[in-house]
Amino acid sequence: MHRVVVTGIGAIGALGRDAGEFTKSLMEGRCGIVPIQSTDCSALRFRNGAEVQNYHHRPYFDDKRADFIDRFAQFAVIAAREAVELAGIEWTPQLRESAAIITGSCVGGQSTEDAGFVNVYKLGLNRVHPLTIPKTMANAGASHISMEFGITGPSFTISTACSSASHAIGQAFWMVRSGAAPLAVTGGSEAPFSFGILKAWEALRVVSPDTCRPFSKDRNGMVLGEGAAMLILEPLEAARARGARILAEIVGFGMSSDACHITQPSADGAARAMRAALCDAKLGPEQIGYINAHGTGTQANDLTETDAIRTVFGAHADRVPVSSTKSMHGHALGAAGALEALAAIVALRDGFLPPTVNYTVPDPACDLDVVPNTAREADIEYALSNSFAFGGLNAVLAFRK
Amino acid sequence: MSEELIQRVRNVIANTQRIAVEKITIDSSFQELGIDSMDGVNILFALENEFNISIPDEAAKQIRDVRQMIEGVEKLLAGGVAGAAPAAS
Repeated sequence: MHRVVVTGIGAIGALGRDAGEFTKSLMEGRCGIVPIQSTDCSALRFRNGAEVQNYHHRPYFDDKRADFIDRFAQFAVIAAREAVELAGIEWTPQLRESAAIITGSCVGGQSTEDAGFVNVYKLGLNRVHPLTIPKTMANAGASHISMEFGITGPSFTISTACSSASHAIGQAFWMVRSGAAPLAVTGGSEAPFSFGILKAWEALRVVSPDTCRPFSKDRNGMVLGEGAAMLILEPLEAARARGARILAEIVGFGMSSDACHITQPSADGAARAMRAALCDAKLGPEQIGYINAHGTGTQANDLTETDAIRTVFGAHADRVPVSSTKSMHGHALGAAGALEALAAIVALRDGFLPPTVNYTVPDPACDLDVVPNTAREADIEYALSNSFAFGGLNAVLAFRK
Repeated sequence: MSEELIQRVRNVIANTQRIAVEKITIDSSFQELGIDSMDGVNILFALENEFNISIPDEAAKQIRDVRQMIEGVEKLLAGGVAGAAPAAS
């Protein structure tokens, strides 16, 4: 059993084009939710999303390569490049053959599929672009990362809706901990802003018409986001031996399923996942200094998550700060767990608590310290990152400074 | 509220919930009929198709029983705002 550390981080999203910009935005409490640009929203009941502003595949990919990669997989590669570079990995043939890539994505390249289906269903054309399938598949992110770096070890993608990236990072953590892989590139990516997907979210009646206000009494739903975050994981002793800069340690991972309802969350399932992560990390609840909440900003999630935190943390629930960074980077579905793991990592590294922005009115049913609106300096040793997916599949990661 | 409107709304609920229409009265609450939040969203979708209306999220959130649902549809068909009636609960 190895101790597992994070030696590289990379990100792209509404809060910036790299991990540094992402961190600065969290510190400033900057909300990345603005009118959606990439899709015409005039026929939708909502207009706002957390998009990568003015994204174009250049300078990241030349036109020919970009033709083969959907936006969600482009984000995966961009974040992985940054993480690999920051980690200063020296690729040897042996390392390339055994390193793992585990990514998360919820909808994959459905924007590509959406466009292809417009051809056959709406325009009456008789053919769809031949790259529709390879661009749409949810594992395209992992595949393009493997080709980018020539990594030929175990690579796969996990799709568990809003928990996808947390499940992916958890599997990568366990693989490195057990010695099954000497290094892992892991995280999640998503790009859900196509008209068909937005219409489907509209139909669920969970998207806010204005902005995301987690734990606030006047919250009125989630706001979709896009982007990617990737981490490099390796054993502590290997990182030390090569003189790598250690950004944080992953100390625990817990999973559960609600077995309850396909959309409604369960406090019991959420609580069991948090307990499982604490147990895996051999930590007591009172040792946790910060929780990055799932915190979608829907009535149901924030209420249920508050109940679950109170159940697990008891009296410590009144002391532990809990914030939802979805209020800033939006709900990036299969990338959410990775962006939020990154938020927890930089919070530990840089000694601050990212805020829950857009917070206006306290809700007695969500009476936790949600770090309203302004980041706070705090020297914390352990943090949790919660992900609770539609379908009741829960994943919680525990980090140490 | 017309008998025809009541019947059409009851049919939509029955078809969506896959329950007998006889079980649904104008005074049935969603709770009595076992309609949870996701079922409610499904019924709203079916009502939008049946009556060719668009039910706003805010109006939809107020609805707790069959009577409120019928009144809401009636208002939308008349060009008003659904859910403006005081919520029973």
